[in-house]
Amino acid sequence: MIPVGAYVAVSVALFALGVICIVSRRNIIYVLMGIEMILNSASINFAAFGRYNGDGLEGRIFVIFIIILAAAEAAVALAIVLNVFHLFHTIKPSEVDLLRE
Amino acid sequence: MNQDVLLQRGFYTIVALAGLGAMGAGLSSWGPAGLAFALFAFLTLAGALVCIWERSVVRSAFALMATFTGVAGFFALLGADFLAMAQILIYVGGILALILFGVMLTPPDMGERKLTRIGWATAIIGGGFAFVAVRVGGKVGSWAASPDELPAMETKARDIGIAFLHPEQYVVAFELAAYLLTVALVAAVYIARRRTGDFQLQEGQMEERA
Repeated sequence: MIPVGAYVAVSVALFALGVICIVSRRNIIYVLMGIEMILNSASINFAAFGRYNGDGLEGRIFVIFIIILAAAEAAVALAIVLNVFHLFHTIKPSEVDLLRE
Repeated sequence: MNQDVLLQRGFYTIVALAGLGAMGAGLSSWGPAGLAFALFAFLTLAGALVCIWERSVVRSAFALMATFTGVAGFFALLGADFLAMAQILIYVGGILALILFGVMLTPPDMGERKLTRIGWATAIIGGGFAFVAVRVGGKVGSWAASPDELPAMETKARDIGIAFLHPEQYVVAFELAAYLLTVALVAAVYIARRRTGDFQLQEGQMEERA
């Protein structure tokens, strides 16, 4: 029987890798990828605790809402990235520092 | 052989060896299910590592596919077949395709990866997470504990569908999520649209270049 701690360990590692991906690369696309990793690590936690805590529906429904939010976030974030590139001609987060054209 | 190729080979060798080791450990401690768990953990974490490591954004995006597939495998291992299917359908088929569109519509920057920066970030964040894990793990002490018997796995797609539409369960959240998705997608189209005058601007830039 796989203990629930093993799932939590993988989830923690994936969360840490997502944060590293966000802070160590200078490209907005990598920030988006890091956010997806972090959301996935949360999904693993919800699914694992849902399974080990009576196997009800709650964990799965949480994961479905996370996936819905991730889809909405990815669509809006990419639209913003395209717009940022259109305005600033760069996608380095450190150089995007104006709120107007 | 130049240093870059050597680094690349060393990195992938270490990742592959770690995966083999993890699968051996999983098989020896938890049997066949442990082997599947180790395989999915390897897919998940190796995909994320390669995503951080690779210089090209396209390679990173495809490495992320391994991560999403590994997470889908975890869902299947946890008996959540509907989630595994939704994960592959939405993440691998949808979000990854969106990210690739973003990659293709923005310029590549191959000199952006700095190994020293990645190393520092890994040291600081990994150290912090390891510290907290050791402290909390010492307090909890039973991270390896597990119930003797889990409920039998059964498909619950039908139950999830009923729960989403049942007036006493999640129907409000479900409708709000649908509303959110509609607004987000319309907003994305609105934000990313081409404004009038874009074409003239581009033609002007082309003339400047010529």
